[in-house]
Amino acid sequence: MRTLKFLLQKEFKQIFRSKSIIFSIVFAPIIQLILMPLAANYEVKNIYVAFVDHDHSSYSQKLINRVYSSIYFKAAPYSASYDDAMHLIEQNKADIIVEIPQGFEDNLVRESHDKLYLAVNAINGTKAGVGSGYLGSIIRDFNQDIQLQWKQPGHFAEAQTIDVVTNNWYNPYMSYFLFMVPGLMVSLLTGIGAFSASLNIVREKEIGTIEQINVTPIRKYHFLLGKLIPYWCLGMIVFTIGMLVSRLIYGIVPVGSIPLLYGFLAVYLLTLLGAGLLISTYSDTQQQAVSVAFFFVLIFNFISGIFTPIDSMPEWAKVLAYISPISHFAQVMRMVVLKGSGWSDVLPHLGAVFALGVVLNTWAVLNYRKTT
Amino acid sequence: MAAITLDNIVKTYGEKDQKVLAVDQASFAVEEGEMFGLIGPDGAGKTTIFRILTTLLLPDSGTASVAGYDTAADYTQIRNCVGYMPGRFSLYQDLTVEENLKFFATIFNTTIEENYHLIKDIYVQIEPFKDRRAGKLSGGMKQKLALCCALIHKPTVLFLDEPTTGVDVVSRVEFWDMLKRLKAQGITILVSTPYMDEAVLCDRIALIQSGKILSVDTPANTVKKYPTKLYAAKASDMHQLLKDIRSYPGVASCFTFGESLHFTFRQDDAQNIAGLKATLDSGNYLDLVINEIQPNIEDYFIQISEPVHA
Repeated sequence: MRTLKFLLQKEFKQIFRSKSIIFSIVFAPIIQLILMPLAANYEVKNIYVAFVDHDHSSYSQKLINRVYSSIYFKAAPYSASYDDAMHLIEQNKADIIVEIPQGFEDNLVRESHDKLYLAVNAINGTKAGVGSGYLGSIIRDFNQDIQLQWKQPGHFAEAQTIDVVTNNWYNPYMSYFLFMVPGLMVSLLTGIGAFSASLNIVREKEIGTIEQINVTPIRKYHFLLGKLIPYWCLGMIVFTIGMLVSRLIYGIVPVGSIPLLYGFLAVYLLTLLGAGLLISTYSDTQQQAVSVAFFFVLIFNFISGIFTPIDSMPEWAKVLAYISPISHFAQVMRMVVLKGSGWSDVLPHLGAVFALGVVLNTWAVLNYRKTT
Repeated sequence: MAAITLDNIVKTYGEKDQKVLAVDQASFAVEEGEMFGLIGPDGAGKTTIFRILTTLLLPDSGTASVAGYDTAADYTQIRNCVGYMPGRFSLYQDLTVEENLKFFATIFNTTIEENYHLIKDIYVQIEPFKDRRAGKLSGGMKQKLALCCALIHKPTVLFLDEPTTGVDVVSRVEFWDMLKRLKAQGITILVSTPYMDEAVLCDRIALIQSGKILSVDTPANTVKKYPTKLYAAKASDMHQLLKDIRSYPGVASCFTFGESLHFTFRQDDAQNIAGLKATLDSGNYLDLVINEIQPNIEDYFIQISEPVHA
């Protein structure tokens, strides 16, 4: 225990003397948490719509006004023909073309139906999908209004009577930040956790100090614990800073219990640092360690469900996501912060992360050799 | 009882196809309280032997013991009672002089005060800089600090791997004075160096090349083993002189040594030296000087390792 105490003393001294560590632990997360949610925003705005109006009627005018009055759409330059509008798409000045056929108003009034033609620039899939969806719902509304206006009082039944109302539970206003910020915190913490401890050990290898340590009676678990505990504490600090940032800047207050989050974090960090230690026992240089850690962090970040739902991934990715501690932590963060889940809901995730942590740490201790 | 023994140690590096033999059946013993030098050029296998003895490396075959403990089986005991100063400075550069010393004292469960008498002579020299980070010290200071850290737990055996490489001449002399004082305190010292002039300062030396131990003896006896007479020649045109001497049929070897040439004959007889002198006199050497000299360790080293070069 005495040895461990002195190892920790030394480690903390070194950490607080290194400017880069303080930066990457205090400032980097704050800056990233402020910038990333703004940049990685899936809400689509500023969709340019080009109308090709062959009808020039009051109805076509009404439709155009209605579309442009939405906050999502902006007017592309006016074009007289479909070919003109297509040029706008080629020049990236328009995202969607709406072609209104001749006799649009007449047909609507007389025949109660007509067709519109929508052409969407699908280079940016998200923008195309969301944009045509918004546009579709505006046109549907418009259609309903007209139907009601022209229906004979006796034909009420023919009007649409099923009105689907969606209620967004746990995130009633569909706030993007509420969904994304807890996820990004997981992603940030993972980056810091996986790199810091493994880099530290490999640095001792590079500088040669590990040689001097290895001829001393220090036990290897003392040495590894001496590396693990400081970075575990730093992980806790980074998380706390992240929670403060999301509360002060995004106004996110976890619905569930904060001690539960910290409890899960404690186990999660142990697993993450175990992975870092394992990488460090296999690498001889910091460059090797970074490449390997980066490879895993990148892959597991993408399949973690932070950015895209796990349910829509192929089976093999689902298996990977199930093994990955990142996906478990991301789910738990959202469950607790948004939904207020309790201990019993979190338990399966906790078990999975803990089991992996035991495996990784044992592996790291067994693979760490004081003798080559 | 010998403080250090090596018995037929073999160590190879590398994968199956391209194995490099680093240590080839090395055997020697160091007595208690002895200052033993491991002398050899770079890449001779000195560091590998150090790493085996300090339990950092397992030999392929052979056994070694330090302070009576087997390096493979009793490595924990060895780690408690040896001091090791690697060739490369390997203390924490971002900790201060004092913090480094304190750290290494505490992990050996001791304090600076307890063994201060051992390091006092050395530590007083770096004490004015005790609040300076170790990385900011000069080369000589670093070596002194490293020696302090290797000594702070009062080791019975001290391993110094090229402690004076890259250190200026004055500091080198100082350093060897310190080692003498440590030896006087009964600490067994195994030191390696590529400098032959430092070899004479050891009680006994082992000459090592390409992983092979070539000879183990006292420095005085080592040079006595030199088999033939050795001559030194000097002239203004050294390059021509080297060519002329080498081309003389009776000459066995001729090497540049400092500012003169050292050479030997195949047979020690008056005829050879007289014949060579006559040949050289016919050349146009203005200030030719030839005399017989006492061989030193470097001469001996070149002599016994010559077949390797040939």
